[in-house]
Amino acid sequence: MPAAVSSLDLVEPVLAGKPRAIARLISRVEAGEAECRPALEQIYRRTGGAHVVGVTGVAGSGKSTLLDQLVLEARKSERKIAVIAVDPSSPFSGGSILGDRIRMNELSLDPGVFIRSMATRGAMGGLARATHEAVDLLDAGGFDLILIETVGVGQDEIDIVRAAHTIVVISAPGLGDDIQTIKAGVMEIADIHVVSKCDRPDANKTLKELKSMLTLGFALRGESAWQIPVLATSSAKREGIGELLAAIDRHRRTLDDSGEMEGRRRVIARTRMLKTAENILHDRFEKQHDGKVSSLIERVVTRELNPHTAATELIAALKSEP
Amino acid sequence: MTVPSNVIRVLIAKVGLDGHDRGVKIVARCLRDAGMDVIYTGLHRTPEEVVAAAVQEDVDILGISILSGAHMTVFPKVIDLLKQHEAEDILLVGGGVMPDEDVGALKEIGVAEVLLQDTPPQAIVDAVRRLVEARGPR
Ligand SMILES: Nc1nc2c(ncn2[C@@H]2O[C@H](COP(=O)(O)OP(=O)(O)OP(=O)(O)O)[C@@H](O)[C@H]2O)c(=O)[nH]1
Ligand SMILES: [Mg+2]
Repeated sequence: MPAAVSSLDLVEPVLAGKPRAIARLISRVEAGEAECRPALEQIYRRTGGAHVVGVTGVAGSGKSTLLDQLVLEARKSERKIAVIAVDPSSPFSGGSILGDRIRMNELSLDPGVFIRSMATRGAMGGLARATHEAVDLLDAGGFDLILIETVGVGQDEIDIVRAAHTIVVISAPGLGDDIQTIKAGVMEIADIHVVSKCDRPDANKTLKELKSMLTLGFALRGESAWQIPVLATSSAKREGIGELLAAIDRHRRTLDDSGEMEGRRRVIARTRMLKTAENILHDRFEKQHDGKVSSLIERVVTRELNPHTAATELIAALKSEP
Repeated sequence: MTVPSNVIRVLIAKVGLDGHDRGVKIVARCLRDAGMDVIYTGLHRTPEEVVAAAVQEDVDILGISILSGAHMTVFPKVIDLLKQHEAEDILLVGGGVMPDEDVGALKEIGVAEVLLQDTPPQAIVDAVRRLVEARGPR
């Protein structure tokens, strides 16, 4: 591939599933390059085939190790599988160390597998801004199953629900008062619960706690056609992996059969559109309206304007400019 | 927070048998603290794994550290694999210990830079920035 090939020229190789082209376009989206927008428009029309699964749980709960095993299991059926591993950027430097691949190295050599690490780069909610577009590119590139790993710690981190069709929440023994530290918001989003590291003797306690918590009412969410399962896995002993994959596939079938899939697709479309609008506004304020923004701040500080009036002026100023 | 547009992405790998990764972890932290995305893949990687990962991650820089003395076999192999993947715009940077004449030979075959073991962190950060800038947009 010669240097600086245009994004539109990458559409065809993306649709053919070429990793190099998919990877390049993901980077261009991450960099916020306007040049790739027409290409993404074409790509988006070719999406909708993939099953997108969010895998979330506290740091160190064994997500990446489990995904490694899950991908190996799913590859037995020749499906093409992608993993997007999202990690937070450092709030200080904006940089990040992305270490999820350490657990998934052998998968790199399988041409039916694509793994991408993404940093949140300041985005709130647990996902990177470009995560949705990365999913689109992989979906259009023929990946059947797209797994998104995110660190889920609290209610602010549950954007994954509006990006995936199926949510797997991982709990693990040995991380302190584990079940308690998973905030209610994260427990409630699960379509499938997994207790990982079940080779450990203390896993039974975690399983028991989780099950009793679920009977206390956290399982109320979800379409009635779906019973939220609690599965025990061990990546170390390769146990429970087949069951997890079966539950993921069963959830997809239930969504399709019950018509709930349409509802979830609508939620994802809505959130993406609104969130993107927010981002566009935010970027325009930051980039094009520095002067306007700082003069308004002054007037708010001196109590000449209240923040609401200032905000209205800010938006009015945007409208009057291209 | 504004959108950081051109964050430099670096993949750091240890290829071969030697089992220390203290050094590469320090380098990873310095690059992160300089605002870069650093993908670390752990110990004992093969050239094939590392190049496949670099392509999927679409990094600007592929940094491979070798202390075992296998640099004259590993780096040519990596260069070859990058060509096979049509990914010559991913810049290969070598790290570790080696004699000067090997450094020259490696640059000859397309290794973009060699940073020997005692290169100070700031010099590594500077080198990465300089290389990416010299390559230009892609
Ligand atoms: N005993 C046991 N340990 C495990 C198992 N799976 C993972 N671990 C260990 O748990 C630690 C964390 O595993 P990861 O897979 O990196 O966990 P993670 O949730 O992806 O971590 P972050 O990405 O940092 O949030 C590692 O030290 C693993 O070796 C398991 O099945 N059994
Ligand atoms: Mg992980």
